[in-house]
Amino acid sequence: MAAFDTPVQHRSDKEALVCLRTLGQPDPASLQAYLNVGGYKQLQRLVQDKVKATDVITQVKLSGLRGRGGAGFPTGLKWSFMPRYYDGTKYLVCNTDEGEPGTFKDRDIIRYNPHQLIEGMAIAAYTLGARVGYNYIHGEIWQDYEIFERALDEARAAGFIGENLFNTTFSFDLYAVHGYGAYICGEETALIESIEGKKGQPRFKPPFPASYGVFGKPTNVNNTESYTSIPWILEHGGDAFQALGVPNSGGTKLFSVSGHVERPGNYEVRMGMPFTELLDIAGGVWKGRQLKAVIPGGPSTAVMPAAAIMGATMDYDGLSKAGSSLGAGSMIVMDETTCMVKTLKRLSYFFYEESCGQCTPCREGTGWLYRVVKRIVEGEGRMGDLDLLTDVSSNISGRTICALGDAAATPVLSFIKHFRPEFEYYIQHGKSMVTGKAE
Amino acid sequence: MLSQESLAKIDRELTKYPADHRQAAVMSALRIAQDEKGWLSKDTVAFVAEYLGIPPIAALEVASFYNMYELEPVGQYKITVCTNISCMLRDSDVIVDHLQERLGIGFNETTPDGKFTLKEGECMGCCGGAPLFHINNKRMCEFLTKEKVDAILEELK
Repeated sequence: MAAFDTPVQHRSDKEALVCLRTLGQPDPASLQAYLNVGGYKQLQRLVQDKVKATDVITQVKLSGLRGRGGAGFPTGLKWSFMPRYYDGTKYLVCNTDEGEPGTFKDRDIIRYNPHQLIEGMAIAAYTLGARVGYNYIHGEIWQDYEIFERALDEARAAGFIGENLFNTTFSFDLYAVHGYGAYICGEETALIESIEGKKGQPRFKPPFPASYGVFGKPTNVNNTESYTSIPWILEHGGDAFQALGVPNSGGTKLFSVSGHVERPGNYEVRMGMPFTELLDIAGGVWKGRQLKAVIPGGPSTAVMPAAAIMGATMDYDGLSKAGSSLGAGSMIVMDETTCMVKTLKRLSYFFYEESCGQCTPCREGTGWLYRVVKRIVEGEGRMGDLDLLTDVSSNISGRTICALGDAAATPVLSFIKHFRPEFEYYIQHGKSMVTGKAE
Repeated sequence: MLSQESLAKIDRELTKYPADHRQAAVMSALRIAQDEKGWLSKDTVAFVAEYLGIPPIAALEVASFYNMYELEPVGQYKITVCTNISCMLRDSDVIVDHLQERLGIGFNETTPDGKFTLKEGECMGCCGGAPLFHINNKRMCEFLTKEKVDAILEELK
């Protein structure tokens, strides 16, 4: 493979590696690399010692692990929703369907430490009584999907997944599923539809996947980073994981840092790290420029002006107190040269393009949002447009089956709230306040 | 309609699902068919549906819903450039302009020799490597500069 395909990895000694702990070894994705850090020992211990499911769930609850896909729902609590006794196959699903702009952490887990994810899923399967698992990987990362397929082959050959593991009655089959380009499949019920070979349109809830999931069977769905944290939690104890972070935000978190920084990439750090320290690890704002704004958790979380985020800490409560949320930890950094109107136009197009078309407020509303922001950018904006955008956004929020509608409304509302003068200037002058140009 | 090699790949995908849920394999079956044919004609979609034992409309619904399936012919190399926010902030515009100038085509167009098709993509979940594009849904090229784009085009010539 040519040199220009090779990813560049930046690491810092301020990182705390849990999910990416094989990094630094020559072939971090290999089975040997994972065995070198004590891999698969927890699975073996639980299965051979017949550790009770409730004991595992207790440790996961103690760890303070919350869903790393963005919703932040306590993982231990979610696990307790799965029916304990069920006369049939229960399923386990991993959501590696990244597609929200700025989110690329799970990709690094499957290409640098896939075996820890496999062990985490096998432990979850043992705990929840799931017989079959699927890891749904988004379509654009074919090379990484192949790395995961190879890891599954290795794990099968070594007897860590498959029939009668460790000579017991416990069996767990795990497969990789490849998406093919639909942001909406990151929504867990759309993802389940997609696994079943259908359009990725979210299901009405309830029933929740724990009672009606893949092929109508009880299914537990977690994010990649959540499952990957599990082996570490069982090795060191739930309390130790909690202690890596801060109250209400246990453990470490992978932050995907992109945009205007010197060293974009994934950084795994303790929860609660001050924003300024994380920015520093990523090399600071590029080209010596000033920070203008940050989207801290992906575009479905509110944009924050520099002044609001400079004093914030990177954890659930810290970002929520500062006026946004942690989301999936997808930090998009914007410097002083960024035109917020043009940026919002691109984000609005994304949600318009990716709306699955099922609910009218989202299907029609995202189109309205995009067309109105577009006409502002093209110098055709009207003074009433900002109120119109706010009105349309408010009428999408909370009126759809899934959260994509709310996600589309969030950037519009937060961009206008924090950068209103830029929008008004663009409408009045027909050009950008920042670049002095029109599209 | 599809090669033995492709059918074997589809059969392997079918082993991932319960025997009475053959439709689950339609996503990968269409991907495998597209890899062989370059794009998905109505006949190819119908063949895949028949092979899986599902209605043709069920396969067409999937083929038309997901972005990476091509329902019209494309060039030998389909280059899909991400222009979403993280790439935009790192000057994907420059990469797009350069590609369009070098190839003499716009988005959704194919060079007269049938070699290259240019597409605009949505976020590919690799934003740390922005700006980027992928080729034929398979090969991801990251940290692009004009010079890297030239080198890649030279390699594909």
